[in-house]
Amino acid sequence: MSKIFTLTIGGEAGQGVKSTGLMLAKVAVRSGYHTFDYTEYPSLIRGGHNVMQVRISTEEVTAPSQKIDLLIALNQETIDRHSKELNAGAGIIFDTEASLNTSKIDGNIHLYAVPLSHFTNGQELLCNIAALGSALALLSGDLTVLKYLIEEEFKDKEAKVISDNVKAAELGYNFVRENFQKDILPTLKLIEDSPQKMIVNGNDASAIGAIAGGLQFAAIYPMSPINNILHILAPLQEKYQFIYKQPEDEISAINMTIGASFAGARSLTATSGGGFCLMAEGYGLAGMTETPLVIIEGMRGGPATGLPTWSEQGDLKFILDAHQGDFPKIVLAPGDSKEIFEMARMAFNLADKYQTPVVILTDKNICENDQSFEVFENSQFVINRGKFFTTKLESYRRYSLEEDGVSPRSIPGSSNFFLANSDEHTEEGFSSEEISDRVSQMKKRMIKLATCSKEDMPPPRLYGPSEAETTIVAWGSTKGSVLEALKSLPNVNFLHLTWLSPFPTESIKNILLKSRHIVDIENNYSGQLAEVICEKTGIQITDRLLKYDGRPIYPEEITEYIVKLSNCQMQNA
Amino acid sequence: MPNLNLDTPVKPTWCPGCGNFGVLAAFKQACLKENWNNSNTALVAGIGCHGHVLNFIRLTSFEGLHGRAIPVATGIKLANNRLNVFVFTGDGDCLGEGGNHFIHACRRNHDLTVILHDNALYSLTTGQTSPTSPHGAKTKSTPLGNIDNPFSPVTLAIASGATFVARALSNDVEKLSELITKANAHQGLSIIDVLQPCVSFNKEYTPDFYKDNFYYLDESYDVTNKEVAFTKSQEWGIKQIPLGIFYNIEKPSYESQIPQIKDKPLVDLVSDRKNLEDLFKKYT
Repeated sequence: MSKIFTLTIGGEAGQGVKSTGLMLAKVAVRSGYHTFDYTEYPSLIRGGHNVMQVRISTEEVTAPSQKIDLLIALNQETIDRHSKELNAGAGIIFDTEASLNTSKIDGNIHLYAVPLSHFTNGQELLCNIAALGSALALLSGDLTVLKYLIEEEFKDKEAKVISDNVKAAELGYNFVRENFQKDILPTLKLIEDSPQKMIVNGNDASAIGAIAGGLQFAAIYPMSPINNILHILAPLQEKYQFIYKQPEDEISAINMTIGASFAGARSLTATSGGGFCLMAEGYGLAGMTETPLVIIEGMRGGPATGLPTWSEQGDLKFILDAHQGDFPKIVLAPGDSKEIFEMARMAFNLADKYQTPVVILTDKNICENDQSFEVFENSQFVINRGKFFTTKLESYRRYSLEEDGVSPRSIPGSSNFFLANSDEHTEEGFSSEEISDRVSQMKKRMIKLATCSKEDMPPPRLYGPSEAETTIVAWGSTKGSVLEALKSLPNVNFLHLTWLSPFPTESIKNILLKSRHIVDIENNYSGQLAEVICEKTGIQITDRLLKYDGRPIYPEEITEYIVKLSNCQMQNA
Repeated sequence: MPNLNLDTPVKPTWCPGCGNFGVLAAFKQACLKENWNNSNTALVAGIGCHGHVLNFIRLTSFEGLHGRAIPVATGIKLANNRLNVFVFTGDGDCLGEGGNHFIHACRRNHDLTVILHDNALYSLTTGQTSPTSPHGAKTKSTPLGNIDNPFSPVTLAIASGATFVARALSNDVEKLSELITKANAHQGLSIIDVLQPCVSFNKEYTPDFYKDNFYYLDESYDVTNKEVAFTKSQEWGIKQIPLGIFYNIEKPSYESQIPQIKDKPLVDLVSDRKNLEDLFKKYT
């Protein structure tokens, strides 16, 4: 197992914490390494504590860590809050001229006092770049890689901005080389000819996955943590020939996308739990009118306004059950940004094929954690619109009864007459309260779930040995932390669920009935997945590691929980 | 003119004498005259007595949720701006449940025609007060008289930025049909407030009340003057119900300002997404 190096940078909002962290990650990736970033910030624009963790390794990194190897402290609060997280022998880079108090720091921690403000000629905003230069020197990073990156980042700014940034980085870099030579580590030594990688977070992956999936129309009302999806989409509309519209509220967002989809455009909306509360009626409308729709729901701590900038997996049961009556919905929960890209793209095919809403559940962690991946590939992806007809058909019936539950879909302007109806309806779409229409249309809609589980749903993935002492069950974004914990837990395997509706009941049952011991791990209060598993399979999972404080589940916490649990069992045996 | 058959097998279920019959007749008449058919037109309705109208016209349509007809229509127009898009909505639907959508659609000047069936009452739910019910009106929800004050959809539309604002009577089919044609020809958000009786539940705004008190704005009236239009829209009372076009100005519609759909509607655009290397490169 290769060592993962963990660097944390902290400061006030507005001090460039996130951009510095991301630049370091880019330098690492361009130098041939894998990275993972985790960011924390309050719901404020200026002030408040911001922190970003960047983890670097020669192998894939999938989770944040509770422990730090190097801390860049842009203010006192960073020292006070994070020095206890430092590993023995770790270091702190800080500004000599900021008169920070380091008296309480343990003697084995290296203190790298660098005159950062002196290097920036009084430009406060450059301190982070000088600190980045210092960190780079300490980790044997290549300064040229950073210089290229600065030029790229500021290419639209005047030349002086670039030269000031480069100079600050150089001064910070040289100071460390000259003064702390003996502490320099090989962590970021340039690896020649490594394959190109990209750094993406879940919001990036959602937006580019949607574009890859043939997105034509998006209406998204701003809400943390999915704002960056619209920030990415809005400037790309002309290039990729789609429309993004900011609506007046989430109710309008979902109804606009339903309208656009009814007219034939592949449509997307995105929101968080609170916004989805407003969308619930539209969710059912898409189901009833059999209108394809992709919804990305980025969860945050709820209920109400909750924890706007923190994470939770608290909306699973809500998304599965947010409706009066019944309608078929496809609910997916990707476990990392690559899975988000692939599922967002696939969601548009599924929505068209089954003419019903497809929800992709993400959360603040996965939306905003950056991770490195090999560059995505899209040349093999085929857009499939399902039973979709834009030319005149003979004796057309929009809701004709079909064995697979899917009727031929047409659009206004095609000369095919039909009524897409929110009321229960006949095969033509006319409102009807006849028993025969109600029963046959309800059955036709609901049978789509069975067709989908047969034709499209893969079995859930089991990581680790096929049989193990303990089986961890988790869904969505906790995947990365579980995988990392698994590295130090030899007799444990991991069932990761990404399809929540339709639900892979039989395969889950088969795997779990073989398990000697099952542990459920979720970022919510009540163990919502464990409840769903019990409802579907009858299997009760009583050992649950649940966390609902807004923070991610760290691999260390998982390891500790499993070890403690198996110690207990051994004692009981 | 092609032989359009706009009838469906479904017989209207409205009460005899309902104002909706007039709106349906006026709309069908305009369809036949203008050749609005299934190759060029889409209809959207909300929920209320008016919403049933979609079952009685052989034109492709979407019957949505209570209050949400306008956002659905907006999505349709953005996806295919070649279509004539009509919204049928009611006073409860559009001004109560869907008030937010109404003002924002006006503000954005989407190229839609909104036909507001205004009977000043919630009638499908058998007669409760609505945002256009007069102060003091006794309804099932206000047995002691309505304490709320009504607002005028005409005033609200003008204030919110709609560029074609008119009022008509449901039983003047000829005039209403003519207005519907003009509203659709207008580039931008057109709204026609159709005053109509609810013969079953509205004992105040009866057919006779409207017949006795309306007048048409005459030719000297300046439809481009917003202040005049605003003042005129506030007029309401005995012999004081103005009908006709209150406000009509030219202003670019929302859709005309989207470069992507300048030449072709969105649904007909083809963009190659196979090669996304440019996009991926930004993240390397």
